[in-house]
Amino acid sequence: MGAAGAGRLARPPYRPGYAHVGWRAGTATTVAVLALASAPFFLAPYATTALTRMLIFALLAASLDLLVGITGLPSLGHAAYFGVGAYAAGWIAGHGTAAAPAPLLAAVAAGALMAVALGWVAVRSSGVFFLIITLALAEVVRQLAVSWEPVTGGSNGMYGIAATRVGGTALTNVAHLHWYVLFWFLVGLLVLWSLSASPFGATLRGIRDNEPRMRAVGYRPFRYKLAAFVAAGAVAGLAGGLLAAQQRLATPEDLGFTTSALALLAVVIGGSGTIWGPCLGAALVILVRDSFGPSLDGHGPLVLGLVFIVVVYAMPRGVAGVRWSRRRPQLRTKAG
Amino acid sequence: MANWVDIGVIAVLNGLAIGLLLFVVAVGLSLVFGMMDVLNLAHGAVFVAGAYVAWWVVGGSPTWTGWLAALGVALAVGALAGGGLLLMTGPLARRSHLEQALLTLGVALVVAELLSLAFGEDVRSVSPPPGLGGTVSVLGNAYPAYRLLLIALGAGLAVAAHVVVERTPLGALVRATVADRDMVAAVGIDARLVRAGVFVVGSMLATTAGVLGSPIYSPRPGLDSTILILALVVVVIGGLGSVRGALVAALLIGQIESTGRALLSDLASFLLFGSLAIVLALRPRGLFAGAIGGQH
Repeated sequence: MGAAGAGRLARPPYRPGYAHVGWRAGTATTVAVLALASAPFFLAPYATTALTRMLIFALLAASLDLLVGITGLPSLGHAAYFGVGAYAAGWIAGHGTAAAPAPLLAAVAAGALMAVALGWVAVRSSGVFFLIITLALAEVVRQLAVSWEPVTGGSNGMYGIAATRVGGTALTNVAHLHWYVLFWFLVGLLVLWSLSASPFGATLRGIRDNEPRMRAVGYRPFRYKLAAFVAAGAVAGLAGGLLAAQQRLATPEDLGFTTSALALLAVVIGGSGTIWGPCLGAALVILVRDSFGPSLDGHGPLVLGLVFIVVVYAMPRGVAGVRWSRRRPQLRTKAG
Repeated sequence: MANWVDIGVIAVLNGLAIGLLLFVVAVGLSLVFGMMDVLNLAHGAVFVAGAYVAWWVVGGSPTWTGWLAALGVALAVGALAGGGLLLMTGPLARRSHLEQALLTLGVALVVAELLSLAFGEDVRSVSPPPGLGGTVSVLGNAYPAYRLLLIALGAGLAVAAHVVVERTPLGALVRATVADRDMVAAVGIDARLVRAGVFVVGSMLATTAGVLGSPIYSPRPGLDSTILILALVVVVIGGLGSVRGALVAALLIGQIESTGRALLSDLASFLLFGSLAIVLALRPRGLFAGAIGGQH
């Protein structure tokens, strides 16, 4: 039930071998990157900070999409790897070195290692069972973050994380921090896109669409699913490391159910299986939570929940699934 | 030595109270999934709605009429919630399980936010009914009287659920639908009404558990996901769609939760989820999934 059920969320064309980048997609990507890079020149510092936060959350959502959209494993505990990355980066910055790539490498390693340990249990299941197990495992990690006080700071979180240093200078300037996050965001996205476009990604889509058949052909789905889980965990850890660099704070909230649910929400709103769609979804989620949230007395999730319900009913493939083509009958696509 | 026995007695009684409460929450979740393949992630929010009803109606000055009124209001709220969720998931019946789960996740977010808008962010404590606020001596230990009542009520509800599902024609239809929905339809039984009834009754049980559990689990923001996760663990260990499995798993989780907290307070949740991981590694579909069901 799991693979087929999850697969119906989105079904991009199946292409064995490496995918190609068309000139249109290439131009759009270049324009987007240039716009993001030049944003600090045009935006007020608080708007730049909001944009930086969107990039971080977008990387988390994109890494979750590797599981949800491409492998067909709906995870409701992906924030665990994100939060562990944030804590690992914070700990290394405090107890080791805050020099540029070290905290991020620690974050990636922590995310990947935990994904190996927890994924080894989780990927044995599929469908809603996978959803429940990832949720339960993430809850264990959150409890650990709350109770392991000497290291994590307990329920107050780990605060006052040392600012990341690049070439001897601390990254406290909003614009410099934005470019630092943007650089690693692009690296993370490139990793996810390469995985998705490679024969490995094609195998994952095969497992998503018809696991028994892939097994019959001679693949071992467990290995592929675990590899996808670890890759997604590593990139989520990278996003967590960026979070620690930006807000210089890691809390049990970052590991919790709400963060996981918002990440899944971003994937569903944006359109699963596309990598870029969830980035748009994440931008929307952060916009609603952080920009409209305060004017709603901190009840941004109320709006997000309503958006979520509307999206599930009306746009089963998310923003990315809406066909912007000239052919009119395809303007509104519904899941088959 | 006597000290250990005392701790043991209290922990076992606490575990029984928590376990029976969890059973009342989880049985609805389990049967709704078993019969309709809807994983209701809003179930925890429904429980918390019941707990807030208890605080709103009973509050700090408890009376027996207040408690009975709270139960009545909670039953009505539960019926409305169940009916609403049924209507909302209906149009998605032909889509994947995941999309239905996502829909209920959205509903859970909305309900949790509405509750915290209405009742604030503080922990709202509810006092037990008059005469039950004190303690009773159990084997020489002082034990809260209300929890004994909770054990009795929970046991009563568990027996009732067991008798209805295992011993009545209606229960046979429920079990048959869990086991093979298409075959039930093929032999000419229209089970739609029964499915709707299970959804509504499951939600009513959740709000009832919310009221009964409110002196222990004080309503507060975030309680919904705590209860949801515990109920999901119970349902997964017991096997989706099995009443007996849910009962055994709930009692087991209750004991692990309370003895774990009494002996190794920091490690309690690891014990809880460790046992989940072990069960899943050995029997991926839960302990009792083979007894009935097994369509997955």
